[in-house]
Order: sequence, then structure tokens, then C-alpha cells
Amino acid sequence: MWEYTDKVKDHFLNPRNVGVIENADGVGEVGSIACGDALTFYFKLDEDRRVKDAKFQTFGCASAIASSSALTEMVIGKTLDEVAKITNDDIAGYLGGLPKEKMHCSVMGREALEKAISCYRGEAGKKIEGEIVCECFGVTDREIERVVRENRLKTIEDVTDYVKAGGGCEKCHDRIQEIIDSVLGASRLVPIRPKVLTNIQKIKLIEESIEREINPTLNKDAGRLELVDVDGNRVMVRLGGTCASCAKSHITLKNYVENKLRELVSPELVVEEVP
Amino acid sequence: MTNVVYLDNNATTKVDPQALEAMLPYFSDYYGNPSSMHSFGGGVAAHIRTAREQLARLLGASADEIVFTSCGTESDSTAIRAAIESYPAKRHLVTSRVEHPAIKNLFETLSKKGYRTTFVPVDGQGRLDLDSFYDSLSDETAIVSLMWANNETGVIFPIEEISRAVKERGIVFHTDAVQTVGKIPIDLGNTGIDMLSLSGHKIHGPKGIGALYIRKGTKFAPFMIGGHQEKGRRGGTENTAAIVGLGKAAELAKQHLDAGDYRCVSELRDRLENAILAGVPNTMVNGDREHRLPNTSSVAFEYVEGEAILLMLNEHGICASSGSACTSGSLEPSHVLRAMGVPFTAAHGSIRFSLSRYTTAKEIDLVLEKLPPIIARLRELSPFWKSARREAQS
Repeated sequence: MWEYTDKVKDHFLNPRNVGVIENADGVGEVGSIACGDALTFYFKLDEDRRVKDAKFQTFGCASAIASSSALTEMVIGKTLDEVAKITNDDIAGYLGGLPKEKMHCSVMGREALEKAISCYRGEAGKKIEGEIVCECFGVTDREIERVVRENRLKTIEDVTDYVKAGGGCEKCHDRIQEIIDSVLGASRLVPIRPKVLTNIQKIKLIEESIEREINPTLNKDAGRLELVDVDGNRVMVRLGGTCASCAKSHITLKNYVENKLRELVSPELVVEEVP
Repeated sequence: MTNVVYLDNNATTKVDPQALEAMLPYFSDYYGNPSSMHSFGGGVAAHIRTAREQLARLLGASADEIVFTSCGTESDSTAIRAAIESYPAKRHLVTSRVEHPAIKNLFETLSKKGYRTTFVPVDGQGRLDLDSFYDSLSDETAIVSLMWANNETGVIFPIEEISRAVKERGIVFHTDAVQTVGKIPIDLGNTGIDMLSLSGHKIHGPKGIGALYIRKGTKFAPFMIGGHQEKGRRGGTENTAAIVGLGKAAELAKQHLDAGDYRCVSELRDRLENAILAGVPNTMVNGDREHRLPNTSSVAFEYVEGEAILLMLNEHGICASSGSACTSGSLEPSHVLRAMGVPFTAAHGSIRFSLSRYTTAKEIDLVLEKLPPIIARLRELSPFWKSARREAQS
């Protein structure tokens, strides 16, 4: 059984903004019945180019429905430029995290959003989609490259969790590994931040990341995270607000907080909850 | 834990209270080792003998043909490896495309180790392709292993007939009967089965216990090598409590079979299935309805996804399972439904209901009340439903 957060369950059992917008400004369709999930996402803008309304229809599992519902809630009221910056990680974060094997549901949301924006900007069809790598699920090299880069994926299994590629006949595994190697190789040449942080730099960066990135997300659920101590790569935190009493808080901690800190500070970090 | 409607009996079953009661003293008062010389321990051996007889009676076998194991998977692995070891010159193994992972993954592993393996196909109803099955057999074939009934669809293979034909060719025949034992009458004397696997927890006995039937005269080599237990056929101190529980569960299963209780189960299953087919459009049954276990129904709901259905049923305490990809963590629907050629529109939305002798009419009524609105709701959410309806109407 999947360990879904209460927020995933809520958005699955009570999905927001289900339906169709007849004269939508942007429509994005992704997935197919053969693949096991599909999403059609619609948005309508007001005069200031803010999203006035968003709706969705989804065929898929609980996390696919919840990710779609979350996406509509995340975009309403935002400008198109703000909306364009939403990543799959933001969608997963909004839901308090998704099981790793279900991350492809959040990627599907981001893809539908991008397609809808392209549709609005009249770019649909213009986009070069790349070459199909995974024939079972129709995933291109561009899509794999992007998801590896943005989510710092390291293994074929990770890629399968995020975009399904490699989850069928497995014939494309060698090609996926090549893509991972080339992306990781490239990023090794251009480190985004200094590789060696001093202890003080590390603690400061962790503090900043919690305040700027993590707590604003947790606050949406009236939750809060407090940094207690840092010992080497062990980050000791205390959960407050609704997180303190939430049975699924360990999932948030591992799937969201730890991943975020690894992304923003150092991939070696391990997050632990202390009383 | 209250108000659970348990329709997932092919996954596991409730331990019969009588089986539980029979087991309990072996955790406390009778903890002795049946191999001991003193009567405190040695006396327990008599109760293991009783359990062996109870189980043999359910199968139409003799007691010394029964070896206790830890589970159905161990029984399967033991059987296949015993045949391979007994016939080292024969490097070909035959099974079907719809086996349980206990056989499927074992065969795939052996295939990687250099054995030639044949996975015989099934038709759209889940029936074995007999022509290609018989064509696959050769002098090289060490063992044929075919499930008696499928865990997902309940479809029954004609094992009595096939096993006799295989035996005539001098090939060892094994059947995974984990889903079959206790659900339909079995008389091994009338078959050509050399080895048969079963599991305690599928027949209202405890988990952690299984058995392998080995016909007298079958060449055998143990998988678990150790002490003299089970006449050297399976080393390791006996799981006495679980063996006693399995024996009692087997005795009760035989009583219920003799009393024809499974006809009631099958009536409830048919009522559930027929009402779903009549009340929910774009719905079909997976598998051959004629040759099927009395308790199993696999129903495909087009244009919706199985995990979503299960979790919504779960909100009402209804337990079922799914052949969909999402529930298992894999990305493709079950290998059984794919082997049958069930279209993707239906395979992703397939739900298995498996009943037991504890299932009541009231429980079936609850499912029939809750299920149709769930399907309707998920179809409203689905981008494919409206267009599929429009196409159907035009």
C-alpha cells in the first residue's frame, strides 16, 4: 500500500476544479490510456494575464488525480510568468511529497501545464520534441535529459519513477544510462555551487533554504520546520505546527525536506527528526 | 478494524477460529521439539502426524506424500529445483505465461542461468493453448509446471487431463495449486500430478506454512538441507503450531467442500458480477466464466484506473485488489491480463473480488451500493469517458 500524505488523499477524494473550460486560453493534453495515466489541463486568463480559472480531467491513480487537482489550485490567481516557473517538485511539495515511484504524476502535471502555456503562446507544434528513447511509454531523450537535470536523478530507476521511461521492456536502459552519464558529466564540469562548503557556509545555506523554500511550503498546511543542529551531513530538525501531530510527517521529511536540502545545499545530507 | 468487507481472499484469508484454537497450545504448553526422545517433545510428533493425515485427506493423497514447508513459494521452488537436480541432462522447462511470480520469476532466473524455458500462451479467456503446450514438450523437458487455477482471474486449467498426458511422456508434472486447494474438490489419485504446492493462509489457516505433495516414486532432492525432519525432504525444526493449524484448516476445508458450501460462495460471486455488469456500462469480466474458481471475479471497468477505484472502495471499508499497474508499483498492468490480450482501456481498470465462506449477502449488497457511484465519479474525472460515449452513440 502506498503511503500517501493526507493532502494527497484530500485532493484525491475531493478533487478541486474538475472539468472542462469551453473557451480556454490554454489547453495541455498529456499521457494516454495505454500508459495508464493521462491529464487534460485548461486555463483561462483575466485582463491582467492572471489565471482566472483552471480545470482538469485525469485518468489515473490517486496521486495522478491529486497532482492535477493541486496544479489547478497552484496556478489560480498567478500571472502567466509565475505559473511558467512551477516545477514538478513544486507540485509534489504542495502535496507534502509523493512516493518516489509516483513522482511521474507530478511530472505529468508540469508537462500538461507547459503544453497549455505553449498552446496559449501559439507555440504548440513548433517545439522540437527530440528522439523517442523509451518506445513503451513514448519518452524522448529531451524529456529524460530535462528530468535528470532538474531533479538530479542518478539511476535508471529514478528516471523510470519520474517519467516512466525504462519501465516496460527495458530495452532502452543502456540509452537512458548514456543520457544520465552525459547530463551528470556536464554538471560535473560546471558546478552550480562550490563543492566544498565550510561548516558555517553549510549551516547558513541550510538555514536559508529552510526559511526561503521549505517553510513557505509547509506553512500552506500550517506546518513548520525548525533547525536544531547540524553534525557533519546530519541535519537535525524539529517539526512544528500541524506537522508535529501529522502521522505522515516522516514522508514529508524524507521525500520533501531531505530532497530539497540535498538539491539546494549538498547531496550528502541526511535529515533526522529530533524530539 | 470494524466494518471491513473483505473481498481479497485470493491475497490471504481469515484464520478459522477453530484452526486458531487448535494452534494456541503449541505456543505455550506443548513447546517441545517433536524430534526429542522425551515424551514431552516427542509427543508433539503425533499431532504433526494427525495434521499430515488431515491435509492428505483433503487432497486424496497419502500422509507420507506430504512435506511441510514455510509457504507456497518455498513449495514451488523446491519442486522445480528437485526436478532439475534429479534430471541434470534435461535442460528444458515448461510453464505458462500467466503464472504467479513464485513460478514466473523462478523460471526467468533459470532462463538466465542457461535453461531453455517455454512460457505457453493463453487465449483471450485465459485458457491454455493446448496445441502449443503439447508441441513444446520434448525428451529434453525436465519438468512441466502449470498453475491449477489463476490467482487473478480464477480461470482453471484442465490439470487432471494435462497431467496424465504429461506423465505418459515420462515428464515430471508440478502444479501450483495455492489458489485451488480448498476451493474445489481435488483427488490426486485421478491425476498424473507428481508434485503440488499449497499454502496455509489461503485456506483459512495461518501464514508461514505451506506444503508440497510429492507422489510416491517421484525422484526428489531437498531444497532445504539439514536435519532428518520430513524424512530428509525438508530440513529444519517443524513449525508445530502452524502445522497443526494447517491440518485443522484442511479438515475444515474438506467439511465445507463436502457440504457444498462453495456453491453458496459461487452464487454470491455471480450475483455480484451480474449486478455489476447490468448496472455499470462499459464493464466486462476477465477470463473464462465457465471454468473458474467459485470465489473469484476479475472485472474490468473501462476508462478508469484500478488504484483509484480501490482507494475509493477502501473509504467504505471494502477490500479488493487490482491488476492495474499503479497498485503494484510497476508501470504496466498485470502480466496475466496482458497475456490474455485484455486491451489497455480495460486492463488498467481491472478489479479482482475474491470471496470466501465468510462472505455474506449483506456485504455483497454494500459493494453493489457503493461501487457504481465510484465508477461514475471516476469516469466524470476521466478525459476519455465523454469522447468514448460520444463515439459509441454516433
